Amino acid sequence: MDRVRKLASEKGVLIFSKSTCCLCYAVHMLFKEIGIKPYVHEIDHDPEGKEIEKALLRMGCNGPVPAVFIGGELVGSTNEVMSLHLSGSLVQLLKPYQNLS
Amino acid sequence: MNSTSTQFVPSRRMGIYEMVGVSGNFKENDYLDSSPSMIFEDTSDGTVGPSNKYDHVARKPADKVLRRLAQNREAARKSRLRKKAYVQKLESSKLRLIELTQELQRARRQGLYKGGELDYGLQGYSGITSPGIATFETGYGQWVEEQNRQVVELRKALQSSNGVTELQFFVNSGMRHYLDLFNMKAAAAKADVFYLMSGMWKTSAERYFSWIGGFRPSELLKVLIPHLEPLSDEQRWEVNNLRQSCQQAEDALSQGMDKLHQIIAETVCDGLLDEGNYLPQLAAAMEKLEPLVRFVNQADHLRRETLQLISRILDIHQAARGLLALGEYFQRLRALSSLWASRPREPA
Repeated sequence: MDRVRKLASEKGVLIFSKSTCCLCYAVHMLFKEIGIKPYVHEIDHDPEGKEIEKALLRMGCNGPVPAVFIGGELVGSTNEVMSLHLSGSLVQLLKPYQNLS
Repeated sequence: MNSTSTQFVPSRRMGIYEMVGVSGNFKENDYLDSSPSMIFEDTSDGTVGPSNKYDHVARKPADKVLRRLAQNREAARKSRLRKKAYVQKLESSKLRLIELTQELQRARRQGLYKGGELDYGLQGYSGITSPGIATFETGYGQWVEEQNRQVVELRKALQSSNGVTELQFFVNSGMRHYLDLFNMKAAAAKADVFYLMSGMWKTSAERYFSWIGGFRPSELLKVLIPHLEPLSDEQRWEVNNLRQSCQQAEDALSQGMDKLHQIIAETVCDGLLDEGNYLPQLAAAMEKLEPLVRFVNQADHLRRETLQLISRILDIHQAARGLLALGEYFQRLRALSSLWASRPREPA
């Protein structure tokens, strides 16, 4: 979906979230803990929220939120983020975006 | 006043007779054979003394009356003794019941029955409301038994010098065994996530260490790591990184849980003291509780990933020692729970 791709390409580290989603909040906190300030887009506050949700599901995100994009590429939902973090790969992926305000 | 007390005297006044009877110094025969003047009765001033108040009852032979009275008193005394014996029996039955209940709990904890202790304080004995949970309890009991068997095998394999193939076999079965548990838990989370989160299926000491429906993986790593030595520098670096990432992931999930906790509390409390029914709030709360399943699954995912990652860092001997350490740790916690439950306590 255009909207999704546009946002993903504009923001280095992007999390699609819902304001009521606590798992999204958890992922956000994890990023914070490793020194990253992701751009969090609350789709429940977006008029095109439903379309974004469908697009994310089509892309394979089974949350559909949280949906994490790094450098324009879809990384995945909570499972993928956690696995990457445990293996040390998440920090590697995020290195170029660390300490950027 | 005792003017016409030809009837049987009330129980309070029999207290003296009871005491005398129990002390054993006063023989039964003394009653029946005594002459009128030797009958002891409570006089109006409360003292015991001889009485001659039957003098005016002339219709029946005095000794027949006296005999009947004595027999009545005797019957009363026996009745009281029977009652006392019955109460004592009840008391000891109660103690026996408590004892049996504790034994049952201990046996269940050891997985001899369904496995997992039911906390009577929560839902009472048949608190299992869903067949999915009943299945889980049975499965978990068997899981614990199997784990105990594996611990024994692993220990033997480590002590023997039978070589790597045998060790590999046991490490593989050990890993698969944990994966089985995660699969069982996933099904149970769908059936009743509250049940899983409560840790009711575990023993009390294990429950004490509970975090989102199971153990904290970073804590388990702390248990394992000393037994993995000697570690190469690279291994040490990887293991420490894993421990740190694990800790961070746990913290993030904990914060998410805290937020959910707050949201549920607010939803339930919305509109307290307003008139009208609270079903809309409860319906909203039910909807907001659904993510709990995701959290439990996420926590288990973390446990599974941590286990798999560490097994890839270690060589076969280290992995075997790690699994053994883990198994023994759980056994100790279960044993602690049993000991705790059977510790001597002050009588209620």
